[in-house]
Amino acid sequence: MAWPPPDSRMAPLLAVEDLLVEFHTRSGTVRALDGVSFDLRHGEMMALVGESGSGKSVTAYAILGILDTAARISGRVVFDGRELLSAGEKAMGAVRGSKLAIIFQNPRTALNPIRPIGKQIADVLARHGNVTAAQAQRLGVEMLAKVRIPDPKRRAAAYPFELSGGMCQRVMIAMALACEPALLIADEPTTGLDITTQAAIMGLIAELVASRNMAMLLITHDLALAAQYCNRIAVMHAGHLVELAPTRLLFATPRHPYTANLIAAAPGEGAGLDRLSAIPGTIPDLRRGDLPACRYSERCERVTPDCRTGPLLRLDTADGRRVACRHPL
Amino acid sequence: MTSSAGTPRALLSVNGLRKLYPVGRKLLGRFGRTQPAMLHAVDGVSFAIERGETIGLVGESGCGKSTLARLIARLIDPTAGMIWFDGADISTMPARKFARSEWRADIQMVFQEATDSINPRFTAARAIADPLIRLRDLRAAALRVRVEEVARLTGLPAELLVRFPHQLSGGQKARVGIARAIAVEPRLLILDEPTSALDVSVQTVILKLLHELKQRLALSYLFVSHDLNVVRLLCDRVLVMYLGRIIESGPAVQLFAAPAHPYTQALLSALPNPGARRTRIALAGEPRSPIDPDPHICRLYGRCPRATDLCRKVAPLLQQIAAGRLVACHHPVDEMAAAGP
Repeated sequence: MAWPPPDSRMAPLLAVEDLLVEFHTRSGTVRALDGVSFDLRHGEMMALVGESGSGKSVTAYAILGILDTAARISGRVVFDGRELLSAGEKAMGAVRGSKLAIIFQNPRTALNPIRPIGKQIADVLARHGNVTAAQAQRLGVEMLAKVRIPDPKRRAAAYPFELSGGMCQRVMIAMALACEPALLIADEPTTGLDITTQAAIMGLIAELVASRNMAMLLITHDLALAAQYCNRIAVMHAGHLVELAPTRLLFATPRHPYTANLIAAAPGEGAGLDRLSAIPGTIPDLRRGDLPACRYSERCERVTPDCRTGPLLRLDTADGRRVACRHPL
Repeated sequence: MTSSAGTPRALLSVNGLRKLYPVGRKLLGRFGRTQPAMLHAVDGVSFAIERGETIGLVGESGCGKSTLARLIARLIDPTAGMIWFDGADISTMPARKFARSEWRADIQMVFQEATDSINPRFTAARAIADPLIRLRDLRAAALRVRVEEVARLTGLPAELLVRFPHQLSGGQKARVGIARAIAVEPRLLILDEPTSALDVSVQTVILKLLHELKQRLALSYLFVSHDLNVVRLLCDRVLVMYLGRIIESGPAVQLFAAPAHPYTQALLSALPNPGARRTRIALAGEPRSPIDPDPHICRLYGRCPRATDLCRKVAPLLQQIAAGRLVACHHPVDEMAAAGP
């Protein structure tokens, strides 16, 4: 099928506008995402950071169109000039895995346990590339070599259970990159892996992404990891995108109180236990009917009555930042 | 100065501790004779924990740190070696018997996954009461008073005590796990990755709680973690483990500032660093197999950037390189070798 070429390199590769996701469940409506907007340029690496339940993965799944059917989605997701939310399953199927790929969080459960890994990569190539089965098999082995799996020819016949967690994640990366996507979404790609393996996997992803001029959306709860690999960071809290800023500015002068607290809570070099601050309270129950306009207001030390009654103010500043706060720092 | 055996008055000292697990059989020469293949989970570990000390045990998954923690907690029996607690040998008593011994209350453990380690059919109060019933024989009013007292100590609101684990948040479950462990007034608390499942905001609260409890209750900690940043915050001394062995130990401040073992150096350099000033020291390949490792080869051989021929002929032993600092390496990182004895 004909893919509309990007009209200009200046247009963002991905534009998410006012994304809203709700799940209707027996115990009430979960307002998982509300008014999430950001865009991603060609070749850019951006991170989506937040605690569990902040809506990071829901954002990724909404972009890929793989949310549960119980989800009600509104807003716009424009990828490479095409609106994805209104695109049918057939059109999405053509984009997913080829132009738009994802590395899932837990490679062991994401891979098919009863199919050799070489075949799983070949499946992706056979589905999207114009290749024969034999070519796909050979390209699959090549991909394994590219993600630096030793002895790729022999390993192609291995099943996921025969490989370590780090090796399985390399297979996931090989699958995601097999069709040279324009955008790679990496959903907690190193959670559960050892720190040395994490460094190796992240180094590999960053290198491959940069060498192909791909864009990457890194989803992580680890601010330090996001800062090391991404130029821009979007901080999420309870389904809101609370701050979006270039990495250096975000760390130097966080504007949203939650961002500031998140940075202060992360243990790192030099900070003693007494210097670490805790963030009071927890993420509010997103099923509540009386959710305040600012969902951080109940944990915030700068709160005033209008924070609760709303509406939520989103400020765009001249230095390319966005803050969703009435009383930014 | 701390030798590997510790001072005579050490709270806990461990000497030559080993735990091997049989994993299938291996062929011996011709004629199809076999002998069991052994996985060396913990392979000759010696160290001591002084009173009031917090020791960090770090290493990657599969290095044997959880097995070592379980050996010391006496949940499993060692294959060989000694464990002395407060001057008494506790390594020979079978784990089953240890559970009912006078020592059980002295050594308590906080487990990795609070969700999996609390009986899902117990309320928080019942979970905390369990060790008090078994080990302190508390009943009725006395039991309730103690449960509420421990809940208060760990910052668990009294109204949450009637809840079941699935009705509690991750941080609250972590508090229940800690409350249950300190209820019987242990002297040594073993913490196995107590915060690895928690969000960073909750993690800080729990770490501060642990720090405060240690002061208040005069506890000693063995803190098992793969998170070096957390270990740096909480621990006085650090043990670095690799494939069943301790390969470096020393005061946390010194070890983090100037790691002597190439593995420790690689581990520290892999920490995500927003400034990215540090260059990463990558280890090649995958760890050697822990099944019947060759006793003459250094366990890091094949991955180590500093390896020489010597490293595959003679496995290095732990040696003192400075006061309180031990390293098992033929070619420790230079600055430290220069500052050695």
